[in-house]
Amino acid sequence: MSSALASLADSLDTELRIRPADPRLFAIADKVCAGLRLTPTDGLALFESNDLIGIGALADAVNRQKNGDRVFVCANQHLNPTNVCILRTTCTFCSFARTPREDGAYTMTLEEAFHEASLVRDTPVREFHIVGGLHPRLRVSYYEDLIRGLRERHPGVEIKALTAVEIAHLARIEKSTIEDVLVRLRDAGMQTMPGGGAEVFAKGVRATIAQRKLAAEEWIDVHRKAHGLGIRTNCTLLYGHVESMQDRVDHLEMLRDLQDETGGFLTYIPLAYHPDNNELGAELGRTGTATTGFDDLKNLAIGRLFLDNVPHIKTHWIMNTAKVSQVALHFGVDDLEGTVRRERIYHEAGAHTPEGMTFSEIVRLVKDAGKKPVERNVHYEEVRAW
Amino acid sequence: MVKPSEQRALPILEAMTPRRQDPTMGGSVGARRQLDQPVYVPAAVEDRPYADEIRAWSDVIASTPLLELGARADALRAQRHPDGVVSYIVDRNINYTNLCVTDCRFCAFYRRPKDDEAYVLSYEEIGRKIDAAKAVGAVQILMQGGHNPYLPLDWYLNLLRYIKEHHPIHVHGFSASEVDMMRKVSKLPLDELLRQLREAGLDSMPGAGAEVLVDGVRDFIAPKKIDSNRWLEIHEAAHEAGMLTTATMMYGVGEVWEDRLEHLLKLKHTQARSLARGRGHFTAFITWSFQPSLTEMQNWSIDLGTGMDYLKMTALSRLLLDNVENVQVSYVTQGPKMAQIALRFGANDFGSLMIEENVVSATGIDFIMPEQEICRIIEDAGFRPARRYQDYNLAQPDDGGCPCCRRHHGELIGSVM
Repeated sequence: MSSALASLADSLDTELRIRPADPRLFAIADKVCAGLRLTPTDGLALFESNDLIGIGALADAVNRQKNGDRVFVCANQHLNPTNVCILRTTCTFCSFARTPREDGAYTMTLEEAFHEASLVRDTPVREFHIVGGLHPRLRVSYYEDLIRGLRERHPGVEIKALTAVEIAHLARIEKSTIEDVLVRLRDAGMQTMPGGGAEVFAKGVRATIAQRKLAAEEWIDVHRKAHGLGIRTNCTLLYGHVESMQDRVDHLEMLRDLQDETGGFLTYIPLAYHPDNNELGAELGRTGTATTGFDDLKNLAIGRLFLDNVPHIKTHWIMNTAKVSQVALHFGVDDLEGTVRRERIYHEAGAHTPEGMTFSEIVRLVKDAGKKPVERNVHYEEVRAW
Repeated sequence: MVKPSEQRALPILEAMTPRRQDPTMGGSVGARRQLDQPVYVPAAVEDRPYADEIRAWSDVIASTPLLELGARADALRAQRHPDGVVSYIVDRNINYTNLCVTDCRFCAFYRRPKDDEAYVLSYEEIGRKIDAAKAVGAVQILMQGGHNPYLPLDWYLNLLRYIKEHHPIHVHGFSASEVDMMRKVSKLPLDELLRQLREAGLDSMPGAGAEVLVDGVRDFIAPKKIDSNRWLEIHEAAHEAGMLTTATMMYGVGEVWEDRLEHLLKLKHTQARSLARGRGHFTAFITWSFQPSLTEMQNWSIDLGTGMDYLKMTALSRLLLDNVENVQVSYVTQGPKMAQIALRFGANDFGSLMIEENVVSATGIDFIMPEQEICRIIEDAGFRPARRYQDYNLAQPDDGGCPCCRRHHGELIGSVM
């Protein structure tokens, strides 16, 4: 073992105050302490273990090594310009999408989108998170105008926009390339991309829950191209429906491989499936239920342990609840979803959480967890700290 | 589920006329007058009972990372409950009256005497609720209500007799503050009152009304409620009368950690005395955070209970309150996710599968789940779910029902003979 590795192992070992109780995790703990990469078999063992505190302690040690007590927070606002989506009938896990003529279908004009964005101008929003349906007629120019208009109206506000699925859709309707769409949006002011649309990469799962959505390789390809153009992105996994533990591990491995290649992922966000008001939930008989607290915390902690090359792990309190998200800060998480303001997608699917939090509530949550809140910009640079 | 507003409002007993007093607030849900926040100044540690123990435990909280606290509580839980079972009880909350003169500022459930929505359930209605609950497997009712000065002691005694005769089931009923209202109305000594209740059919007592057992905090949130010594005295007397009771804490009402520790230590010392006597004792401790919606306190600037608070409190209930066997989670207030996580932070019981619940749901928070979902959550955490009775014996097929009721029934027959 090199001396650098040995000293890393020493420092981690002294910080690992709790050893796992589950014997299957002993060897994994040794690897983590030695700074060695986990294998898919290790990932599977972690997902199959109920040793919540043991897993959490490992992830916490790794996180403290990387981020100390810092927790990144952000005053952001979600904007969903349309819920009209050509995948309305095939993405069975989604409660947000509508066909163009369905009840509740909407598409914002630019003015409507600007109006919605201006509603929270009194609070210092630093990031717009823009995602929506695959509208059959909205062109790249709509999104260019939207992004430019937002930047003019809100100088200094940063733009995280459009999932890989939307980018690929735009390339298709424009009959152009992924690169071309990315460059146009980047030039309009898009700075980073969210990680949605990954769902679960496994073919069988995609065939069941998102039959006609961008395939795994295509999703990876859009992110690879974005990274190549200097656009950093997030990555996700939608868990808690029909996927197996092996599917989860395979998914994480694909993300880790691309990150080895490009280093372009900023943060990993495990997304908890919500079963209300969608076909999949009805089919599974899961209406009214949610993922468990154990599963939420394990997905976050295992994300930290397995994705050793992704700098940040984010808990999305809209799905996990504020209480679980706060606790998650001790399970390997250093990144907390922001103020959000008018969450739509998960509330259509039965989320009981509020539609937004105030910035001071978020700061208090982090401090109460014994952590140090750091307000970040879109590139995870410190803007201010308390 | 039956909401309070759907319950039949019955006229208050004719012989009792409401006090001639104007309600200070017109009281429908959501219409409660907002009260200006009073000032609460916590006592210095040296002025508190058990000051040394409070200091020692404060150090533990300050110096122990969350997961370490959890690991220690989990280890102690595993030692006390090595079989890997997480138990729960099938029961129904029956709130026989919502009429209350105590005006607790944290409560969204009560109605003042003149309020149109004030109700008292009839015996027959309570009987019907019990039958419906038994039909789906309930083995107890949790019967609690407001502090209603218009109900004479005989109303309670006759109700208990009526239940035992016509709708027999374990009655876990009447929190200490209700018992105190009965004491005031009946003017009986406490031990005699408890003896009569027990003889009429009261099987065990819930730990509600404890809130935070520190009088400064009580003055802040519930100035008309019994003080902490009276609460403890009533439970100790119930133990002495051979009853099992539970203990609770509602935190996140503006108290400080020293208050929470003082509360736990008062319970621990009371429990030690009761265990030494060898009659009744506290079977379980249940803690939850205050839910502010639709209460007078909803706009107060107080730090509400966080996820960290809940897990620390759960772990402390196991570690500090080490002479109480069982620690329950509160999924109704904390949500199923936090409740499940708490099973690795010292808790061993999922509380009750409530067929009806009115008090917490009056604040708009409502996490009631079917049994199948409770079992899924327990199994997902790596435990084996099992139905239990009030005395924490696990239910077995054809076991003849609640064991403590069988014993109690035998005792009563014995005493009559």
